[in-house]
Amino acid sequence: MNQDNDLVLEVRDVRTTFLTPRGPVRAVDGVSMSLRAGETLGIVGESGSGKSVLGRTVMGLVSNSPTTTVTGECLIDGRDVHTLKPNQRRQLWGPEVAMVFQDPMTSLNPVKRVGRHITEALRLHLGVGKKEAHDRAVELLRQVSIPEPVRRMTQYPHELSGGMRQRVVIAMALACDPKLLIADEPTTALDVTVQKQILDLLASLATERNMATILISHDLGAVEGRTDRVAVMYAGRTVETSRTSRVFNNPVHPYADALLASIPRIADDPHTVLRAIDGSPPNMLNPPDGCRFAPRCRFAVDRCREESPELRDLADGTDDTHLGACHFPLLPARQEVG
Amino acid sequence: MPSDKFRADKTKRTRTLVLGGAMLVVGLALMVFGWSTPTLVLAAKAVLVLGGVALVFQGISRLVVAIRGKRIDLLFTLAMIWLVGLCIVALLAPLLPLGEHNDVAKTLLEPTNMSPKLLTDHPLGTNNQGLDMLSRSIHGARTSLMISLLAVSIGTVVGGSIGVIAGYFRKGTDSVIGIFTNAVLAVPPLILLIALSTFLDPSLRNMAFALSLLTIPSMVRLARANTIAFAQREFVMAARLMGANRFRVMARELVPNVILPVFSMAVVMISALIVAEASLSFLGLGIQQPDPTWGNMVAEGEGGAMEDYPHIVLVPGAFLFLTVFAFNLLGEKAQQRWDTRSAKL
Repeated sequence: MNQDNDLVLEVRDVRTTFLTPRGPVRAVDGVSMSLRAGETLGIVGESGSGKSVLGRTVMGLVSNSPTTTVTGECLIDGRDVHTLKPNQRRQLWGPEVAMVFQDPMTSLNPVKRVGRHITEALRLHLGVGKKEAHDRAVELLRQVSIPEPVRRMTQYPHELSGGMRQRVVIAMALACDPKLLIADEPTTALDVTVQKQILDLLASLATERNMATILISHDLGAVEGRTDRVAVMYAGRTVETSRTSRVFNNPVHPYADALLASIPRIADDPHTVLRAIDGSPPNMLNPPDGCRFAPRCRFAVDRCREESPELRDLADGTDDTHLGACHFPLLPARQEVG
Repeated sequence: MPSDKFRADKTKRTRTLVLGGAMLVVGLALMVFGWSTPTLVLAAKAVLVLGGVALVFQGISRLVVAIRGKRIDLLFTLAMIWLVGLCIVALLAPLLPLGEHNDVAKTLLEPTNMSPKLLTDHPLGTNNQGLDMLSRSIHGARTSLMISLLAVSIGTVVGGSIGVIAGYFRKGTDSVIGIFTNAVLAVPPLILLIALSTFLDPSLRNMAFALSLLTIPSMVRLARANTIAFAQREFVMAARLMGANRFRVMARELVPNVILPVFSMAVVMISALIVAEASLSFLGLGIQQPDPTWGNMVAEGEGGAMEDYPHIVLVPGAFLFLTVFAFNLLGEKAQQRWDTRSAKL
């Protein structure tokens, strides 16, 4: 019971379908997950695997509309975002859940000063006065390690570098002290040295504030070491999820294994051929029957092409769960043989 | 070394200064000669005067370079001087010692159709009723500027808001607004204005209202297109995620961004509306005589008056030309500064 109270986010069998002129596209197809306060979940997958749509569905940004169908439950702090009225949902955004976007160039309003970006949210949700909002905003900027926060308050976004802008975006998201932060590829638009700083900042802020965080990324390196658990998505489904170290050391799903193998390692000899995954993700208008990875899987047999594998616990004997959706999971023993 | 360079720089400057001064003097001389000489035909006079003007212009630019050390946009500066001067004079017209502009009873003793003579009571001449042309032109500027500014303000506020609403809500709202804007655009502007004048009194307020109808559709389109572009940026979503409702998003996030291109478009529209107002007044559908506007002043040249007394048409024509030209330059500058995309078109 105590554990249930701790749950910040619970997602049960969420399916998001977009009606397009060429037919329905099931971008997210039956994903479940849960997140406790202070826990960090990484969602990885290649482009088009549904990870961003999942993030937006969880927030309630993608919701039922004439062209979109969402089924399943997304409970944030016990309330299902998809059954709330729009203005109730707005109450949730900010104090309960906040989002950091991919591109800091477009996520700040070019004609608004940095300060107003942050103070507006504070004044709207917390109803604090002008002076106090200003002080709190300065404090937030300091927390995201922006030098000279008082001076930055009166600057415009174009006067800041990309990394600084992303810090401002993070400060905005943190303004109302959310219980859940969703970071949708927060570092994709930044250069490599800044990427690490931003990721470390997010990780330390999450720990400090005991905030649940979802880090969506296609960069496995970004997720490794900074998340407690990781979910690997492929074609709208979770194919594997467990503690981050388990997934990285012992992937059970051939897709996760192939994805990990395709990361270039700095310790590799020069000119090592990169192990790319053959083929491309399936067309979501007409996904293959059975396991969706089967057409690209080197271990696929007839059963894989006919019968869709369920997500099941493959941990065998150990305490923590290791869910995988594969008929023939790569257990450590088999990996050694193969 | 630095002193050498400085000296070289200085001689160069002096040379530019002397050259500029010489061009200015020669240009002025040419202009005066071309204007006053009785021996040449009109075409030759015109060539001399225009050549003089060009020389004076070049001379002044050189002088400015020599004195200030950097180039300025002289044409733009002159245009701004004209506009600011015109606005000030128009505002203060009732206080200035100008001749009579509309009361014929007071001009019974004044000469009629007098040609422009500087340094007299009527520097720009008088019309067929002895009314002072300078005074009439300045009072005409009052009406012209007032009507066009009012019409552009109405058009910008109304058209801009409708455009932002259409661009943000899209769907049904957008289609309905689209049908209306296209309908208004489909009617030829002059015919629409003539039709309106059949049931509206030609008062200043009604003129402004009628002319604003011409600006609204293009304002709607511009505001709508810009809103659509900005609404897709993530800062709009970020604002929504911070709990802003739709009106707050429009007012706080979109309008400040959309206002820049809309505003620069508005400046361009002022000149178009001055011309439109003048055309209506010329046709007798605008402000009525004896109250002067540039359009009805030009119309006084009908029926042979222009052949005998060209200044009747040339004076208001010059005011109209210079003002429209200056507003166009200003609009171009505004677009370069605030709306880089349409400036390149």
